[in-house]
Amino acid sequence: MSVVTFWRHRRPRSASGRRVLVPFTAGELDPIVLDAAIRVARAEDATLVPAYLIVTPLEYKLDAPMQQQVAVAVPLLEAVEHAALRAGVPVDARVETGRTPTHALQRLWEAERFDRIVAPAPGGRGSHGFAPKELQWILVHAPSETLILRPDPTLARGARLARELEAVA
Amino acid sequence: MDRGHYRILVGMAAGVGKTFRMLEEGRQAQQHGRDVVIGYLEPHDRPETAALADGLEVVPRLRTSHGELDLDEMDLDAVIERRPELALVDELAHTDAASTRNDKRYQDIDEILDAGIDVVSTVNIQHLESLNDAIFELTGVRVRETFPDRILEDADEVVLVDLSPEQLQERLREGKIYPKERAEVALQNFFRQDNLGALRELVLRELAEDVEARRQPASLEPLSKQAVGERILALIEPQPKSQRILRRAWRSAQRLNAEIDALWVRPAHYEPSEEETTQLAALRRLASILGIHFLEADGHDLVEAVRTAAADRGSTYIFLGTPDERRRTEILRGSLLSRMVRELPGLDIRVVADRAKKEVPE
Repeated sequence: MSVVTFWRHRRPRSASGRRVLVPFTAGELDPIVLDAAIRVARAEDATLVPAYLIVTPLEYKLDAPMQQQVAVAVPLLEAVEHAALRAGVPVDARVETGRTPTHALQRLWEAERFDRIVAPAPGGRGSHGFAPKELQWILVHAPSETLILRPDPTLARGARLARELEAVA
Repeated sequence: MDRGHYRILVGMAAGVGKTFRMLEEGRQAQQHGRDVVIGYLEPHDRPETAALADGLEVVPRLRTSHGELDLDEMDLDAVIERRPELALVDELAHTDAASTRNDKRYQDIDEILDAGIDVVSTVNIQHLESLNDAIFELTGVRVRETFPDRILEDADEVVLVDLSPEQLQERLREGKIYPKERAEVALQNFFRQDNLGALRELVLRELAEDVEARRQPASLEPLSKQAVGERILALIEPQPKSQRILRRAWRSAQRLNAEIDALWVRPAHYEPSEEETTQLAALRRLASILGIHFLEADGHDLVEAVRTAAADRGSTYIFLGTPDERRRTEILRGSLLSRMVRELPGLDIRVVADRAKKEVPE
């Protein structure tokens, strides 16, 4: 038996094979949105796909290395992954690039199948959910059922998620 | 007869000073007693360049005609017949007139080198064949005159002639590259700062890779290659956990100031499932965004494939996920990790934990 054969092991998949996409951008994901996405994924016995969307300036190729943005995305994805796994939800994280957040989203769902999309709307005090125009675009073009979540506008935002999740990681 | 020594001066765009540098090098060689001729020079109506050529012997050009158009080309036979020690030949990507025996000037240069004559030549990075699409995407200009990548690879020396975008724009405004009336148009188009910045990044990256490729002499025993710095080899599979392996490798690479290669060892004759193909595509995208080189190797023996890749890339550090080994295989061949430790001496190995196995549902 070859060594490679035993490396090709069973796939850690959700039993249903369903995939719930939760895209986010600009260095934050509201903890309430994340919590909701995790609950949706758990209820549906689905894999959670947190996707950090990077906006690539026009002077760079779409697949150009983006060190500064990646430096924000990687620890955040680690934290999100940690939170989901603590809740017993399998995770398959992504980083995707595009000229705009919606372009990145389109590239992502053209390449992969998603059964549900959980999209954060802007919350209070500077939260960075998708802009109303982007949400409208998502609703029109999303290839699957879409859930728009608007966090509690009275809660403080900013980099709180990263801090909270890093604290438990 | 020994083939001549080939030195190529590369720049990000016209006007950075490649021709000037070529002539300077020619004059210095002449002052050191070498027999130097100008095989072909594009003076571009730049007085400083023309002045520097003064005193260097010029092999007369070959006058050809194309329809009603008279064209000047390098007289290849005359250069070879003249047998200088060093020939200066500008613009290696140039397309020769139809009536000459070669299609491209780099083919002419090849013949000169074969005749044992050293050559110094010049080229702009946008002419490199493999960058053609990237250049088009960056600048909106489709470059027609290209040259194959092997020309840079085969050259004995490739030298960057660099200038900051601001300095280049300044030279353009001063009319040192094009006449002033053309300069303004150029500044709004090809010579925009963002274009020049991107081109400069491209040329720097290309030459850095060239340096990396030249770094290791072929005669060394592969695993004894001396790495200048750390280099990580991340072993991946078409599975979600490999995303984490790449991210972990990237974070470590930031601390170590290391380059990263990602390697997928595809079992011979193995066709990935649709799901695995999707996973592979996602891993490729992540690798690209993280600046990781994605490698694929065929083979039945993972350790042997890793050994080969690590030797090729000069890896110092292996990252892998928790192997999912069956007991029977462990007994038959020893565990994967034991084999790696035993058969890959001199390489650090790090196992990235599979969090899915650690986390407990709340």
